[in-house]
Amino acid sequence: MTTTWAQRRKERIDDLAGGRSLTSEAMRRLRRDPVAIVGAVIVGLFVVIAVFAPLLAPHGAAESFPELQADLRPGNIPGAQEGFPLGGDQLGRDFLSRMILASQQTLLVGVLATLIGLAIGIVIGTLAGAFGGWIDTVLMRVTDVLLAIPSLLLAISVAALAASPSQTTVIIAVAIVGVPIFARLLRGSMLSQRNSDHVVAATALGVKRPAVVLRHMLPNAIGPVIVQATLTLATAILDAAALSFLGLGDADPGRAEWGLMLAQAQTYLDVRPALAFYPAFAIIVVALGFTLLGESLREALDPKGRR
Amino acid sequence: MRSARRLSAVTAAAALAVTLAACATSERSDEGEGGAGATGGTFVFGAAGAPDNFDPVFATDGETFRPARQMYDTLVTYKPGTADLEPALATEWTPNADFTEWTFTLREGVKFHDGTDFNAEAVCFNFNRWVNLPNAAAQTQAQYYSDVFEGFASNQTDTTGAPVYNSCTAPDPTTAVIKLNKAKGAFPSAFGLTSLSMSSPAALQQYDADNVQQSGEAFTYPAYATDHPTGTGPFKFESYDRTANVVTLARNDEYWGTKPTIDKLIFKVIPDENARKQELQAGTIDGYDLPSPADWETLKNDGFQVLVRPVFNILYLGINQKNNPALQDLRVRQAIAYATDRESLVRTQLPEGAVVATQFLPETVDGYAADIQALPYDPERAKALLAEAGHSNLTVNFYYPTEVTRPYMPNPTNIFTALQENLRQVGITVNAVPQPWNGGYLDSVSNNGVQDLHLLGWTGDYNDAGNFIQTFFGRPKAEFGLSPDRDQALFSEISAADSTVDPAAHAAAYEQVNRDLMTKYLPAIPLSSSPPALVVRDNISGIVPSPLTDERFLNVVKG
Amino acid sequence: MLRFVLRRLLQVIPTLLLLSLLVFAWLRSLPGGPASAFLGDRATPERIAELNRVLGLDQPVLVQYGRFLGRVLTGDFGVSTITGQPVLTEIGRALPATVELSVAALLIAVLLGIPLGYLAASKRGGPLDISTIIGTLVGVAVPVFFLGYLLKAFFAVELGWFPPSGRQAIALDATDVTGFAVLDGLLTREWDASWDAILHLTLPAITLATIPLAVIVRITRASVLDVMGSDFVRTANSKGLAPGTVRGRHVLRNALLPVSTVIGLQVGLLLAGAVLTEKVFVWGGLGTLLADAITLKDYPRLQALLLLGALVYVLVNLLVDLSYAIIDPRVRLT
Repeated sequence: MTTTWAQRRKERIDDLAGGRSLTSEAMRRLRRDPVAIVGAVIVGLFVVIAVFAPLLAPHGAAESFPELQADLRPGNIPGAQEGFPLGGDQLGRDFLSRMILASQQTLLVGVLATLIGLAIGIVIGTLAGAFGGWIDTVLMRVTDVLLAIPSLLLAISVAALAASPSQTTVIIAVAIVGVPIFARLLRGSMLSQRNSDHVVAATALGVKRPAVVLRHMLPNAIGPVIVQATLTLATAILDAAALSFLGLGDADPGRAEWGLMLAQAQTYLDVRPALAFYPAFAIIVVALGFTLLGESLREALDPKGRR
Repeated sequence: MRSARRLSAVTAAAALAVTLAACATSERSDEGEGGAGATGGTFVFGAAGAPDNFDPVFATDGETFRPARQMYDTLVTYKPGTADLEPALATEWTPNADFTEWTFTLREGVKFHDGTDFNAEAVCFNFNRWVNLPNAAAQTQAQYYSDVFEGFASNQTDTTGAPVYNSCTAPDPTTAVIKLNKAKGAFPSAFGLTSLSMSSPAALQQYDADNVQQSGEAFTYPAYATDHPTGTGPFKFESYDRTANVVTLARNDEYWGTKPTIDKLIFKVIPDENARKQELQAGTIDGYDLPSPADWETLKNDGFQVLVRPVFNILYLGINQKNNPALQDLRVRQAIAYATDRESLVRTQLPEGAVVATQFLPETVDGYAADIQALPYDPERAKALLAEAGHSNLTVNFYYPTEVTRPYMPNPTNIFTALQENLRQVGITVNAVPQPWNGGYLDSVSNNGVQDLHLLGWTGDYNDAGNFIQTFFGRPKAEFGLSPDRDQALFSEISAADSTVDPAAHAAAYEQVNRDLMTKYLPAIPLSSSPPALVVRDNISGIVPSPLTDERFLNVVKG
Repeated sequence: MLRFVLRRLLQVIPTLLLLSLLVFAWLRSLPGGPASAFLGDRATPERIAELNRVLGLDQPVLVQYGRFLGRVLTGDFGVSTITGQPVLTEIGRALPATVELSVAALLIAVLLGIPLGYLAASKRGGPLDISTIIGTLVGVAVPVFFLGYLLKAFFAVELGWFPPSGRQAIALDATDVTGFAVLDGLLTREWDASWDAILHLTLPAITLATIPLAVIVRITRASVLDVMGSDFVRTANSKGLAPGTVRGRHVLRNALLPVSTVIGLQVGLLLAGAVLTEKVFVWGGLGTLLADAITLKDYPRLQALLLLGALVYVLVNLLVDLSYAIIDPRVRLT
């Protein structure tokens, strides 16, 4: 027996209704939470700057300028001057533009790494949570091993195993770190869904197993995973920066990325500390923003609510 | 019950502590502590890396040479601050008419650290030891020896050929005669190489010096090279603390020359450049090697002495003609040269004292042609040449190294980025391929030759044009993709110059090679020569910066 | 029980074999190698080939692996291509450094974190609570290496209170007994050496402690709040017990259970953070060994570190399973 269009529509409405009440309750709590507001403002600003970076940045990331090169020496990097409010960098490029453009790369690395980790984690968690049995045992054993390895060490190992450092290897390394966390979380919340009324009902109605899993269990179980993703974004940005510092990061110097800029500025800490401080500050603020938002999301969605 | 158990646990812990304390006794030597009779104190120098071993013939890098230079002497040496020769263990050296026999008059009354005499027998013992290195492991480790002398008595590897060394005779204790199978422009300069330092024959035998072994994927060195180096130099080996990464040398009171004033010379390995700087600023070390050019100004302002070495290296933009046919066209290579703004590269990225290279030799090497003009920065001409050659849409794979600084290349990433921008402006598309120095760069560039453009360079070992030119272009190499037939003229010209033994003719021949390299061949583009520096505290005197990074610390005085 | 242990140990063997083969083959498939690392800019194709031949690196990976396995079975993990020292000796030298640093960091995190978390919870919503929360959030967000540099620049270079890097002053000529610098000084009664070691330890330990400190503060705070809201505390309070007794005997003791679990989890993280901290402070520990081995393609050292790491991991897991069985009689070992 196949599900009719009417049935399907009903289910969707049910899901939406359930989702809406949960979401609106969470939203209500969030709006009253100053931590959430600060987090949301930071993240919001960051995302806006990152998305519109090419429009906001006065110059290109790789472009160098004679004005900034005129007095440039290894021991002297010109500071602010007309047209270049933050001055130049070690190659006579506009530092402000690079800071702005870097937000895009940082967001890209963070988001892509988190999304890839999330996708793999969801597949593993769904398989394990929905089917149980030996699939569950094997998959959880693997995630246990990955979880046991400290995240940064795991990222370093993955990045070191790649043929040559690049943006892709950083994204993959950071993504792999997130996989076991997402998988575990999703499995746990899927398990709790397995015996819930609507799942039992759907199964009793003869809805096929994959359909039950994808349509009934997954949407209801994914909440905590999404919250975790927000928190993972913060660690992803920090891990990517650490990889750059260890020389395992993206090495294309024309590209602007905060972690890489911070790593390259190590040489000029005494000459022009701003080259290191601005990217470091940006990383800290953005990581803080995602952490604040994630933490308050988690609290808002926690039914027990820690008040 | 509970308190009783707790008590017994405390007793047990106390008992354990007492037992441990009883078996651990202080092994401090009393002489330290700035002892009463101490004279010159201790000089602590921050090294960037750990030495591989202490047998100079098996040394290949600067970090290994540095301690060796303080413990050993060579027959001839380089005048401090130059690449010119001056007497060391030999007071005089004279070649025969065809430069195949060198007679050394030796200094009298010199003793090795183990008390044995240095004499002509010892010289011959060392030369014979080198040529007779027994196995492949030892021969592959003797890099400089095989560079200079080209082969061993019984070659165990395919990379060496007929030995240049023939024999050594000791007609009397102060005369050693080295016979060569052929003349070579490298002599007599090469006799001053630290690798060819004189070791005590007794110690060499006692500590099994030739016994380098291959163990798994690595080499192990015999006791002579790890713990018992025995030379004639101003400092004696005291210890190498591999946990703290500290090499300690003590003054040799029997030294034949002016004895050092400092009691101890300590090399502390601090791999991180910022950490070296901060150790100096915090006053825990007296000096360190290779301060980043970015810090020279700060360090000087903080009252430290930045000792700048005379330039003796070449950085070049390598061109590989094999994979990209466009690069076989001389006009395209010239276009790349005109496109690169070497003046601003040197000014903005290289330290004070760096110069644009007009050819593949630094100015102080015999064979440098003073009349060669640097190829000017002329992007328009570059574009025109590219158009003329029909390669206006040239795309190149430009390899550059990461995780490394070399004396000729203090910041490869910046240098690359600047060049990339230059090339982009004349319409050349650059694919950036960064690779870690040890994690593939050298293999890709020198071994596999997969690049179109790359950055590499060379620091001279001694004053001989061949040491540069022959090394770069003396034969077909994967690095430049020169072909045996197409570029035969170049190879012949270089080998002819190299086998010219008369010093003046040798220099003249190399001057011509340099001119032709820049006009006829242009297999690569010389970019710059940059001076590496060392930095010491203001109360330190007696260190003369050497173009060969051959600083000796025997005259160091701590004020 | 004995049979269970034996069977688990036997299961470990194929896992380790497979892992070692994977590590072995993967390392060799990467570009670069010990030969070019050794030759530097004197590398020529002929020389690289020759060194690879002499070192046996030109042979099929399986043949190399067989030889490696043969040596490992006799307890020989080979010799570092960087230093020519036996890899096990190197690990033995570096281990105390890393353990010392991690223990110091953990001590700071625990001794500071639990009281802070407790105070924050008991003055909930107060200025201390809020500043603690902000502090923990920022602490987690600051890149470790950057924090290390700042601490060094300020406390070591600017103020000169602490040495900027390394483990011990050279001039002290301290006696080495156990490899733990602080302990050695105490054992040999070289008090100045112990003091010097503690000074060297302070900045790196603080750097390394930030993240575990933040985590411990937050867990302690949450857990104390949880317990304070629980029924038995309410009962104790209503029974009229002195607030001090309630706090000490009931709240703190119960709140510390989850905290101790978290502390256990932090140990692994400390080792990871140590890689970055050791680099900044030139701390010659396992992290430095690992980082150098990666950049210089030191195959034997990498192999040994990864294999021993895996072995330790497996053994620790086995111990954890065993301890569960001992604590909880319902768990059956089969």
